[in-house]
Amino acid sequence: MSQKLSVDRRDFLKSAAVTGAAALVPGAAIEGQQRSAGTGGSPETPAQATQATAPVAPREVDPSDGGEVITTDRPGGDFMVDVLKTLDFEFIASNPGSSFRGIHESIINYGGNAKPEFITCCHEESAVAMAHGYFKAEGKPMAVLCHGTVGMQHAAMAIYNAYCDRVPIYILAGNSLDATLRRPGVEWAHSVQDAAAMVRDFIKWDDQPISLPHFAESAMRAYKIAMTPPMMPVLLVLDGGLQEDPISPEVTSRLRIPKLTRATPPQGDSGAVAEAAQLLVNARNPVIVADRTARTPAGVQRLIELAEALQAPVVDQGGRMNFPSRHPLNQSGSARQLIADADVVLGLELTDFWGTVSTVRDGLTRTSRSIVKPGTKLISITALDLATKGNYQDFQRYPEVDVAMAADAEATLPALTEACKRLITAEKRTAFQERGKRLAEAHATALERARAEAAFAWDASPISTARLTMELWGQIKKEDWSLVAESGIMSDWTDRLWNREKHYQSLGGSGGAGVGYGAPAAVGAALANKKHGRVSVTIQGDGDFLYAPGVWWTAAHHRIPLLAVMHNNRAYHQEVMHVQRMANRHNRGITRAHIGTTIDDPNVDFAKIAQGMGVHAQGPITNPNDLAPAIARALEVVKRGEPSLIDVVTQPR
Amino acid sequence: MRVSIVVAMTIALAAVAGVGAQTTPSQPSAAAPSGNADEGKKLFLSYGCYQCHGREAQGSNATGPRLGPKPIAFTAFNRYVRRPTGQMPPYTVKVVSDADVAHIYAYVQSRSTPPAAQSIPLLREP
Repeated sequence: MSQKLSVDRRDFLKSAAVTGAAALVPGAAIEGQQRSAGTGGSPETPAQATQATAPVAPREVDPSDGGEVITTDRPGGDFMVDVLKTLDFEFIASNPGSSFRGIHESIINYGGNAKPEFITCCHEESAVAMAHGYFKAEGKPMAVLCHGTVGMQHAAMAIYNAYCDRVPIYILAGNSLDATLRRPGVEWAHSVQDAAAMVRDFIKWDDQPISLPHFAESAMRAYKIAMTPPMMPVLLVLDGGLQEDPISPEVTSRLRIPKLTRATPPQGDSGAVAEAAQLLVNARNPVIVADRTARTPAGVQRLIELAEALQAPVVDQGGRMNFPSRHPLNQSGSARQLIADADVVLGLELTDFWGTVSTVRDGLTRTSRSIVKPGTKLISITALDLATKGNYQDFQRYPEVDVAMAADAEATLPALTEACKRLITAEKRTAFQERGKRLAEAHATALERARAEAAFAWDASPISTARLTMELWGQIKKEDWSLVAESGIMSDWTDRLWNREKHYQSLGGSGGAGVGYGAPAAVGAALANKKHGRVSVTIQGDGDFLYAPGVWWTAAHHRIPLLAVMHNNRAYHQEVMHVQRMANRHNRGITRAHIGTTIDDPNVDFAKIAQGMGVHAQGPITNPNDLAPAIARALEVVKRGEPSLIDVVTQPR
Repeated sequence: MRVSIVVAMTIALAAVAGVGAQTTPSQPSAAAPSGNADEGKKLFLSYGCYQCHGREAQGSNATGPRLGPKPIAFTAFNRYVRRPTGQMPPYTVKVVSDADVAHIYAYVQSRSTPPAAQSIPLLREP
């Protein structure tokens, strides 16, 4: 492409100033702002302005022109940063891109690279997944900056995970709206008519503001929508001109940052709450099942209060840390039997209520059946009933419940607990206490059984997942620890054997089961934990590691302390089993099931990859007796504020 | 919901806990045909048994129950391998011979009994 024919935005502004000077006295800067906002003029007089600024731009610019305006000390991006600071973003994660160069520069210079601080990412999927993990540890969203085109495409998988996991991500995407102002070549490939279209099925709201006042309103609206349950990602598309061009006096006079008032989360209808309380108090075998229930630390306490009032068993499905693992009413390991025996099942923000009360056999013929007794009452409280979309099918099969509250479970729990307490008679209280004693005994028995099972293959090599889990636990339990991710499936050992009490001690999974979430989400959550002085720990799957390993460089670069212990079974193990299932179903044996599913020949040297990114790393470790000293060395590194990775070769599950 | 990918598999395997009820064999294991544990180990790995049950047949609550060192009676073991009722894929005679199943059975029988959890400090501590 000839440089002579290249007309960039600055050149165009300069030439437009020359052209328009005769018609519009206020000056080039104003015109530039009007045109590049994509409206052709001020909102009050669009037609006039379009006419006034319509002249064809020259294809070449005379650099000797004395009337040009070539700098500005107040670009639109600065105001955008003012707005972001009002929203109190700590960080903005991004892989740099020219479509948002304006706001990028405003963040690091005008904004002082603080609140938000620019976090350099090597992939947009990493940026979004970091924001995903950060939210679950911190309880507030992280912003993400990406190209509206190629960046959104990279980010899409992670956005889908966040959507399925009901996590708000505040996404800002660059774009170049005015086709007549685009640089030839790449800027066209990086421009799009409707940037949100690709992800609109799995975000909650989007907008493409055409002025700075419009941006300010939409920024507040986006935050409010994202943070109202059910929480989900939102997207604002930022025109390049809006970011880069000077703020005109006319626009300056209209600039203000609207007040943000967060919506209170929706509570269950009082009649439905009373009906649910009646069912729960009168039940002989009630079961409480929680998935994404505890949005905040208060959610954990509220669930404890309800469970203790009823002396009812709690099954924690792990979408969040809902219930202390060592609480005697925690009966997660006995979920199926408890549900089969239940006469009332209370589901709190369940991903899959139908699957919770049913079983499916993945055979040549797929069959399913309910596991609950006839007449069992099902009560659902979920904010998802307020916002279900149609295209992506993460909403699961239709559950035939008896009471359905379209409400946030955490917000509804206090009213439900109080309603239950009002109905509990002395006689019932005695019966509940008896039930509680039985459940406490069952809890203790389950813990002892889990410990006995963990002893099997204790000294095996590859190392058993139980051994790995307990070697890690042995050294972190004295710390203020946070299990930020668990991307390899580990037979639930951490659930069964670790003592979890605090909301940040388990952050749940990806949501959409999109592999590649674990490493970046762990780094993002560790970034949130850093200022709290928590020791962040992740159990890192090998397949997950390989999706976008550049996030380890981000962890090293930004000095994010994180202890990563790998569950390296050298396979996409879930897929090994799926192919094995198909091969046997087709009666062909499974000797070729490794093809396309294993990660060996050669084995990946994960420690070397991490070291190459500046991360302290050890391994591969195959002898279980080498684990303890390796973990101790890694913890020293983490405690001085840096990431450390241990590659451990493990049993499949 | 954590580990949602394997929920269905886990659920159905739980229903076949009899296969993994190694602590209470329903019939004397002496009824098993003679098999070679070393050969069985090779088959256990090559036929992919370890993928769900672990290389030491220790099992996983996520995929497949523990099989050794005290498996259920051979007759029931062999029957289940041929016609599983849960999520386990069927291994027909065409794929795994009776002799091979006997070798595999010998391998899972040969697994060592683990030490008591209370004797392992990491499993004893809170």
